[in-house]
Amino acid sequence: MPSSADLRALTPELIVAGAALAVLVWATFLPPQRQQILRWMSAAALVAAAWEVLVLGAGVPSVFSGMYARDGVTLVLQSAALLGALLALALAGDYVERARLEAGEFYALLLVAALGAMVMAGSRDLIMVFLGLETLSIPLYVLAAFARTDLRSQEAGMKYFLLGAFSTVFFLYGIALVYGVTGSTSLPRLAAASDTLMLRVGLGLLLIGLAFKAAIVPFHAWAPDVYEGAPLPVTAYMSVIAKVGAFAALLRLFPGTLHTQSVQWTGILAALSTLTMILGNLAALRQTSLKRLLAYSSIAHAGFLLIGVASGTTQGASGVAFYLLAYTLMTLGAFALALMVTRRGEEADQIADLTGLASRSPALAGAMTVFMVSLAGLPPTAGFVGKFYVFAAALDAGQTALAIVGVLASVVSAYYYLRVAYTMFSGEPGGDVTFAGDRWVAGALIVAVVGVLALGVFPAPVTAFVQQLEQALR
Amino acid sequence: MRGWPLLSILVFLPVAGAAVAAIVDRRREQAIRWTGLAASLLTLGVVLVIFERFAVGTPAVQFEERAVWIPAAGIAYHLGIDGISLPLVLLTTVIMPLALLSSWSSVGDRVKEFTVSMLVLETALLGTFLSLDLVLFYVFWDAVLIPMYFIIGLWGGPRRVYAAFKFILYTASGSALMLVAIIVLYLQSGPAGARTFDWLALREAPVAMPLQAWLFAAFALAFAIKVPLWPLHTWLPDAHTEAPTPGSVVLAAVLLKMGTYGFLRFLLPLFPEASRRFAPLLVTLAIIGILYGAAVSWAQRDMKRLVAMSSVSHLGFVTLGAFALTVEGLQGSLLQMVNHGISTGGLFLVVGVLYDRTHSRLLDDYGGVAALMPRFAAVATIVMLSSMALPGTNGFVGEFLILLGAFRAAPVYAVVAAGGVILSAVYLLWMYQRVMHGPVAVKERARVVELSRRELVLFVPLIALIFWIGLFPGALLSRSEASIRALVERVEAAR
Repeated sequence: MPSSADLRALTPELIVAGAALAVLVWATFLPPQRQQILRWMSAAALVAAAWEVLVLGAGVPSVFSGMYARDGVTLVLQSAALLGALLALALAGDYVERARLEAGEFYALLLVAALGAMVMAGSRDLIMVFLGLETLSIPLYVLAAFARTDLRSQEAGMKYFLLGAFSTVFFLYGIALVYGVTGSTSLPRLAAASDTLMLRVGLGLLLIGLAFKAAIVPFHAWAPDVYEGAPLPVTAYMSVIAKVGAFAALLRLFPGTLHTQSVQWTGILAALSTLTMILGNLAALRQTSLKRLLAYSSIAHAGFLLIGVASGTTQGASGVAFYLLAYTLMTLGAFALALMVTRRGEEADQIADLTGLASRSPALAGAMTVFMVSLAGLPPTAGFVGKFYVFAAALDAGQTALAIVGVLASVVSAYYYLRVAYTMFSGEPGGDVTFAGDRWVAGALIVAVVGVLALGVFPAPVTAFVQQLEQALR
Repeated sequence: MRGWPLLSILVFLPVAGAAVAAIVDRRREQAIRWTGLAASLLTLGVVLVIFERFAVGTPAVQFEERAVWIPAAGIAYHLGIDGISLPLVLLTTVIMPLALLSSWSSVGDRVKEFTVSMLVLETALLGTFLSLDLVLFYVFWDAVLIPMYFIIGLWGGPRRVYAAFKFILYTASGSALMLVAIIVLYLQSGPAGARTFDWLALREAPVAMPLQAWLFAAFALAFAIKVPLWPLHTWLPDAHTEAPTPGSVVLAAVLLKMGTYGFLRFLLPLFPEASRRFAPLLVTLAIIGILYGAAVSWAQRDMKRLVAMSSVSHLGFVTLGAFALTVEGLQGSLLQMVNHGISTGGLFLVVGVLYDRTHSRLLDDYGGVAALMPRFAAVATIVMLSSMALPGTNGFVGEFLILLGAFRAAPVYAVVAAGGVILSAVYLLWMYQRVMHGPVAVKERARVVELSRRELVLFVPLIALIFWIGLFPGALLSRSEASIRALVERVEAAR
């Protein structure tokens, strides 16, 4: 029987899980026109959970006999997960109700996926990480196929499910090998394990499983198709929440657990990061669909994020956390805009559809420009500070080549991001493209713009916040 | 006004103006234009106050402002002005209102976006010249790219998209490596916890060779692309030619100076030993640029391209003066940055006046314009003579000092570079003769009318500056002398 202290430390997770169940059940009793209540409920649960995360802070390093922790990593990355879920919820609501999708199930799945990412952030045991990973992944498979009548969406869901299940097996097999060597699945025990080939293979398999979720090259092949096929709000959510979860686990595993053997894995992670940045950015150059562009952009950003992990330092880890927050805001902001552009009620996901947006709605075009500038890593935005943070960590760890690849890759990215911004300001808008979006989407946009600029101009409070995770990793 | 954060006011006044312009109804174009002009004139007013209060005879940084920005990483909001940045700040704030005024005829659509872009650009430029923290500097330096990208890409000529991307990719790749070098400088500046991005602190303890040489290379690449130094100049003709007149004016007059300013502000003091060692290389590139730029200018048929290529030549002089590493050379280099801003800014305005009337930039489409526009011909003559460095104009003082400084460093530099002075007279007079003299040959004769009062207002301040600096260069030179002397001593001391 868990102690009350253990349960108290788990309040945020319990709130989200409870809300998911309540939404699912209640949805069956609500008439279709009153489904909006569910959105309010889900949002309230996420806000309450975020509040609890902040109140509980980082003071409980070990709960459930060391399987779980509410330390700095949990605090910072659960905040990122909840922020992402809340923004994604705001984006999704209008779309889901407009497209006549099952709102209740949608919100419930969204909440469960958030719960998965939260569990991954707090796990100090490989079994817990695995539970979190599955709790995160399964709802995402379903969400990707959520537009049941759309073939592309079905294909996306199927593809994601098959490849995802395959990668999960890698992860599971990795756990088995690690257990075989150390006799335990606990991360602190793993830290003390002696280095054997079997252990290395096990850790490699764990890395593959997580790299798949984070869309790191060469385990990224699923991402563009799935992102393109899934309904837009799902793509938005997937690109953020899966990264938060995967990077939380990567931070727990590599700088968190294996910091003493860092020479053995920093090189591999640096190589993966280099590949991911190069391939993600080069592939993004040629995209004409905004959705696909953002898919490759999310791969590219996985590469930038991985720089922070590959540096092997706690400073790099807090850089990853900062970057994740910045990434959440700017990516969801960009998706919010993509969502608002529609053609006869359908998604208009070509970059060309944005032509002349500025003359119709200067505020929207301005916001999108902010997101693109931030994604390109130019000041004065969150994206710049995030990149600065991880590059500085890499250089401090002596990974000069990695930092140089990183800065050059971000120059390449400036090309395709600014092309999107340029398109909005040039030419005349096409007649059949319209904007749709309720107050929720507008609210999410405002939060994202203000967040991106605030993190870019006054990053000090947020850097202080993310640095709380450094204690947990030492 | 004592105790006011004058430099912060200066830097952020244009952005405040942009915010005001952004909320004006977009149909009230005239109101937006006046807002932009007023904001830039107010900024100029602040600079004049600073110019007047500036203490002559001390190399110290003045009007300093420092505030904690990102304490965890040792990044501060640190502004200051000295004899090296003062002339460039003055140049920026003089050129900006003129560029905005010239946009009244050359930019007809999306006036609001244009005005906002220009004002944001001004803030970024002033921030670049006034930052004394390397990260803050980099933030402003990179922030310049975004408004300039839009100015070229949205209001430019037929090949504007290509030019805008070339501009941004070229300059961004240079600055990317500079960012790496900035971080490495920081990591080298002390043990963890005591590291700093502060320019004043960093210049006191230059890093050791050979790392210093690598960092020098990264900074020098970023600056050399911006200047642009031969052979990194290929983005410039496209960007200048395709940009709208006000964009070309700001690009030539101010943006290019970011690079040469970087030489004086960062390369020489932070990497003195490497600067001395690589000075011959940079001087050689500069001299090639002087001659190459002049020769290529001569071969142009497009007036804007001609003026653009002449910038490569003129900025070769500026670079030559900087790396002559003598007090005269550096003084001349700094003065010539201002002079080039005035004269080339003026030349782009001259071309802009013609383009507004006939929509052609080709030399072949012109002839005998002097007969149709006598006042304009007089104005153009003065601007051109300034660009040719005729005695009595500002250009003479600058080029003379540079050649003197270069001669002191090595006579051969001065001898070869002097060839560039002659060539510049050749291509400028050639252009003048083709356009202004001969039988009247213009496409739409009825539209080639004399300068309007607004256009005249554009040129009056430029002409005044041409003669003021030409006849009384002391006002600028005395303010920069102490800083330049201190800089030369610093480079000498690193022997």
